[in-house]
Amino acid sequence: MNLRRDVFQAIADPTRRAILLLLTVTPSLTAGAIAANFDTARPTVSKHLQILTACELLQSEQNGREMYYQLNAEKMKEIDDFIEPFRQMWDDRFSKLEAIMKQRAKKKHD
Amino acid sequence: MERKTKIHAEKDRQELTITREFDLPVELLWEAHTDAAIIEQWMGNKVLKFEAVPHGGYQFETTDANGNMLFRANGVIHSLIPNRKMVRTFEMENVPFDVQLEYLEFEPLTADTSKLTMQIIYRSVELREQQLKMPFEYGINMAHDRLEKIAPTLK
Repeated sequence: MNLRRDVFQAIADPTRRAILLLLTVTPSLTAGAIAANFDTARPTVSKHLQILTACELLQSEQNGREMYYQLNAEKMKEIDDFIEPFRQMWDDRFSKLEAIMKQRAKKKHD
Repeated sequence: MERKTKIHAEKDRQELTITREFDLPVELLWEAHTDAAIIEQWMGNKVLKFEAVPHGGYQFETTDANGNMLFRANGVIHSLIPNRKMVRTFEMENVPFDVQLEYLEFEPLTADTSKLTMQIIYRSVELREQQLKMPFEYGINMAHDRLEKIAPTLK
């Protein structure tokens, strides 16, 4: 498994980026407190937390009954390689282009 | 998942190359790059003008929900050969990034597939690095806007 690539896949998602940002503002939060910030269903937020933890961008710590999440500053530094977000931006644009043109071609044929 | 768009950016150079293969005939790929109404849909910017002729000018703009200008860019199309090649400049307004030169090459792979090779040349190595950082910062800003909206509901 290519962990470096996983880090970039992790930050490609806007909700996950928002979670990272949330934790830069408030350094330690429970899963419930994080989920309270999103319209998304709680299990979806849990899934995002799982992914961020799996690629080591987050560290979690059990405190009593609650699990607290923090940023892993060391891993965050890896994102200093900015090419992946740039690639992702162009990939999104080109995928949209492809979908639009396919749709137009189909319409012409109908 | 296969990564369709590839970026080739060698260290300490002031250029980079973006390549992508499309499940589209080269004519449609070309149309998507020369028709203002279509460009607007996939680039995610408003297209104020796009003159697909030699020495023609173009201008892109992005505004927020309140109509405030977030981003504006312009350039000149130096030359174009339909379904094969476009050479143009690109410059973002109100940011100190300077003009970049873009070579877009379109090639048919089969009757229904094609490939785009986009070579971008920056004024300096440093400017290329700054450009590469932008999408990430943009993503963070978007997340930040979202947070500002939901901040009042923070428990």
